[in-house]
Amino acid sequence: MNLLDPQGPVAAANSTILIDSVFIMLVIVVPTIVAILGFAFWFRASNPKARYQPDFVYSGRVEMVVWAIPALTVILLGGVAWIGSHQLDPAAPVPGTGSPVRIQAVSLDWKWLFIYPDQRIATVNTLTVPAGAELNFQLTSSSVMNTFFIPQLGSMIYTMNGMVTKLNLRADHEGRLQGLSAHFSGDGFPDMMFDVNVISPLAFPDWVAGTAKTDAVLNEDSYRTLMQQGIEKSRPTYRLEDPRLFDLIATQHIPPGPGPELASEAGRSHSGGHDAR
Amino acid sequence: MLGKLDWSAIPFDQPIPLVAGAVVLVAILGVLAWVVVRGHLPYLWSEWITSVDHKRIGVMYVLLASVMLLRGGSDAIMMRIQQAVAYQSQGYLPPEHYNQIFSAHGTIMIFFVAMPFVIGLMNLIVPLQLGVRDVAFPTLNSVGFWLTATGALLVNISLVVGEFARTGWLAFPPLSELSYSPGVGVDYYAWSLQISGVGTLVAGINLVTTVLKLRTKGMNYLRMPMFCWTTLASNLLIVAAFPILTATLAMLLLDRYLGFHFFTNEAGGNVMMFMNLIWAWGHPEVYILVLPAFGIFSEVVSTFSGKALFGYRSMVLATMAICVISFMVWLHHFFTMGAGPDVNAIFGIASMIIAVPTGVKIYNWLFTMYGGRIRFATPMLWAVGFMVTFIVGGLTGVLLAVPPADFMLHNSMFLVAHFHNVIIGGVLFGAFAGFEYWFPKAFGFRLDERWGKAAFWFTFLGFFITFMPLYVAGMLGMTRRMQHYDVAAWRPWMLVAAVGMAVLTIGVICQIVQIVVSIRNREALRDRTGDPWDGRSLEWATSSPPPVFNFAFHPDVRGEDAYWEMKAHAKQQLLEHEEPEYQDIEMPRNSPTGFVCAFFATIMGFALIWHIWWMVILGGLGAFATFVVFAWRDHDEYVIPADEVARIDRTNLEERRSLVSMAGAV
Repeated sequence: MNLLDPQGPVAAANSTILIDSVFIMLVIVVPTIVAILGFAFWFRASNPKARYQPDFVYSGRVEMVVWAIPALTVILLGGVAWIGSHQLDPAAPVPGTGSPVRIQAVSLDWKWLFIYPDQRIATVNTLTVPAGAELNFQLTSSSVMNTFFIPQLGSMIYTMNGMVTKLNLRADHEGRLQGLSAHFSGDGFPDMMFDVNVISPLAFPDWVAGTAKTDAVLNEDSYRTLMQQGIEKSRPTYRLEDPRLFDLIATQHIPPGPGPELASEAGRSHSGGHDAR
Repeated sequence: MLGKLDWSAIPFDQPIPLVAGAVVLVAILGVLAWVVVRGHLPYLWSEWITSVDHKRIGVMYVLLASVMLLRGGSDAIMMRIQQAVAYQSQGYLPPEHYNQIFSAHGTIMIFFVAMPFVIGLMNLIVPLQLGVRDVAFPTLNSVGFWLTATGALLVNISLVVGEFARTGWLAFPPLSELSYSPGVGVDYYAWSLQISGVGTLVAGINLVTTVLKLRTKGMNYLRMPMFCWTTLASNLLIVAAFPILTATLAMLLLDRYLGFHFFTNEAGGNVMMFMNLIWAWGHPEVYILVLPAFGIFSEVVSTFSGKALFGYRSMVLATMAICVISFMVWLHHFFTMGAGPDVNAIFGIASMIIAVPTGVKIYNWLFTMYGGRIRFATPMLWAVGFMVTFIVGGLTGVLLAVPPADFMLHNSMFLVAHFHNVIIGGVLFGAFAGFEYWFPKAFGFRLDERWGKAAFWFTFLGFFITFMPLYVAGMLGMTRRMQHYDVAAWRPWMLVAAVGMAVLTIGVICQIVQIVVSIRNREALRDRTGDPWDGRSLEWATSSPPPVFNFAFHPDVRGEDAYWEMKAHAKQQLLEHEEPEYQDIEMPRNSPTGFVCAFFATIMGFALIWHIWWMVILGGLGAFATFVVFAWRDHDEYVIPADEVARIDRTNLEERRSLVSMAGAV
């Protein structure tokens, strides 16, 4: 999950900006730290060679320089931030080969549901995507906020109930990556890690066909069961009955997921039962 | 009768909080018993609990902060151990505990350690530096302190009665709404912050008024010590920002108690608005904390370099620039919520702009040291340690302000490392520097230097060993608040961080030992002149500890570094000076208003949390009645006769004269 080992163009651009910014700042930070330690050491009271200048308390030139150095650095970095924000807007498309894959991600308590509306399938806690294709994500949440993040593909984005956020990514190499939720969402939060299988574009249709053969069907009823609090280790896959399911969730036609039940009247709540442990 | 409260609120099945709670309870009862048996209770009541003396209140603030630092630190140790062991296992803390611990850790460290520590130091020192006898509203000051203590007490009660929030220290909805957090944890969180928030707000109003309206003769704005400037900036931010917090939490409470829909998923509630509002308070809050620390470092660096602060006016400008700009950057806390690139870029750049005045401050401290004659007493070690550490934190902070970098690092362990880098390396180092620096002023004897230096080195190294690995873990994709994890690459860094935590703990122990050793050796460490560090500002012009009236005469200020000027020009005068004509001094009477009011506020807060409505009314009426009684008071001042003033002042004057004549003889 190393951020400096990007597997797609977005992550690569993000980490380039990250590294560049660090180096721009190191250019002034390192000399400053050296100067602090150097001045502190040289002007120690026990050093007879250091000249005591109690009246050196103002210098217009020094003031000019000390305001100018951070200001110039910030102007430079501000440019990086402005251009970077526009180029790497999560909503901006990321061109790829072949036809784009639409994925609708829903954060549930405490698992990820990935709906492929065009392929009429859905998976839980496993995201399978073809290498090189543009990935259009639409994201929402069944209950509380979460953040969808695949570190080696780049840019994270919040998921919120009743709202849809957008994210575009691309995975360039076949292999297995990991994703996670980067916003605390309750007791099962650490179990919201998911696998990302990047497979060859040729194998993708076969994977879709294989997944579509499953008996499990995702519709409003089975979604309501799935959104109960709990963690999911078995990674089920579904045939998608209604391709509008995501819209029903995002527009709250299916109401938000329930929270925990109160174990006692005394205000100590237990959530998720034993499967949260 | 007792609302939601019954025996099941006590976690008999969970040994950790129960044992911790029992130990604390035994300790409190033990101290109380000792106080009563030894007959100290009347002294404690009349000299401390009901005191409206800004110095005593300042000391009590710092004491509260120190005690809560131990509580928050224990939480930190538990978290570091959990993340060190919870690799491919559940560790020793189940989620419902772990989640409470990190929520309590954040809440306690910000609201009940950092805030009371800096407010305590400001209370203690600012009136002395301004050359005045008290703050603007002495009784209100006491009320503010005791309400803060109420908040701290409620947070600690949650350890054994019920539970604390399991939502993180900012309690984001909808997780903190009734549907997802039906327990009392969020209520404990919200009511303790509402009550202590009132305390903070009145402290802010008080200190702003003090700086603006109460300055001694000749103390122009541009002659005020830098600490007074940063106090002004910080308290202006308190007055502007804390009402936002109060309003935001009030809306959350309306959601939870009365079925409103400000931040719910349903009925048009907007969770993004909570995030927006809480950070509109939350970002200024970090500057509320760090500005006074900047002020402390300015005093320390200048005193121990034997020079006036370099570029004083530039520093004033930088301080006020930070004060204003800090209100315009809060959106950088949620770049990843999907706002457009224009919004993100503008707020990213605004956040970076704060680095300019902050950088200027670093350079001005640097040039204060240049040409100085630097004495490395413990406060100066903290100051140099701070400069080095804070620059690293500033670098990572500016990095997080670049939106595309934040898209990778938001909420990660990298972020956790960053804000500990600036809060520990900035605020806490500042608080410790101030503690070492002003301790002799507050108590009349210096702290042991050897233990103080040991504490510095262990804390300094411990900080780097703990938090540098967290930066790495963040770069490896680790997010915050993980109760367990299965990623092998994160494990070694969590183990190193746990080792660092042990080193940090040794630093804290050294500090405790330092205090004990110093109290034992207090006669040898006695500060007789009131000026142990060869200081430059007016707090050193009076005795240590200062008399209740601070100054027998209002000092006459003729320039920056008021006391330094006096020492330079008046050595001869001081020796030949004839005995001045002492006059009666009027001082405010002590008042139990603050304590009684907080007592009722505690009852009311506890009752609100547990829905015990008759008790809510009782507590509310009690607090209100206390105010009414105070408002109807007849005598609020007492007179210290001139003879008494003369007797107290002469002793100190003698000590100073003998020092000056000795210096003259050399």
